[in-house]
Amino acid sequence: MRHAYTWGAIALIVAASVTGDVLLSRAMKQVGDVDHLRQRSGLSVVIGRILRNPYFMLGIVAMAVAFFSLLLGLSWGDVSLIAPASASLTFVGNAAAARFFLHERVDRRRWIAAALIACGVAFLAG
Amino acid sequence: MTVRKYLVLAGVAIFASIGDSLLSRGMKEIGAVPFSRLQTLIAALRDPWIVGGILFLLGFFAAYMTALSWADLTYVLPATSLGYVLLALIAKFLLHEQVTMLRWVGISLIAIGVSFVARGPELTLHAHPHQPVEPEMAVLQEDR
Repeated sequence: MRHAYTWGAIALIVAASVTGDVLLSRAMKQVGDVDHLRQRSGLSVVIGRILRNPYFMLGIVAMAVAFFSLLLGLSWGDVSLIAPASASLTFVGNAAAARFFLHERVDRRRWIAAALIACGVAFLAG
Repeated sequence: MTVRKYLVLAGVAIFASIGDSLLSRGMKEIGAVPFSRLQTLIAALRDPWIVGGILFLLGFFAAYMTALSWADLTYVLPATSLGYVLLALIAKFLLHEQVTMLRWVGISLIAIGVSFVARGPELTLHAHPHQPVEPEMAVLQEDR
């Protein structure tokens, strides 16, 4: 049962992290290139635009859910399983979510990179 | 890609790995926190290692947001995963942890994965209505 709880927490961490990354990425694409914007309008305008973006706020909420799911998961299972499993699955989940929700062109090169890095992260914990 | 953009990506990787290392160092000093004594987490905010870790993680977040403003999520995440390699090197040479053969295999796989994605374009240019393009982005896209 404890095992099921641990994997449930990992699933929650991955879902919340992927949701957060996608929302933050969408927010920053809407804000625009911050280097350009800062040169043209100043840092306070950039910060104001970011903080007023609803996707940014939702992204922060999703990241907070991921963080507390991690704390919850760590109370049920080992960090040596939870950290690498959630990081690896988040890489692959992000590639799929970016393809469907952000319409990024995730070509074979990016899929291979995501898979290699996911395996690499899992090995690092070994 | 300009030198400045490579520096931002390097900043994401470096700030995250140093921040995590500092938090880890601080939490090892504080010890395991049981659910019945969650107030210990508040007290941990006075630990200099934890404060340093949080400052570096704020730097990470600023660099991460900057990178996402001009590059795809599926470019930024792999490109900055070199931080995992950096973390393993810090563990080996500064914290004197033992890095096993399996970990070196993991480091190599990450490095190969990063080299794969780094040779491609950093941004998908959209010409369809699914993703609204703000005026700033439109100007940028015309520049390319």
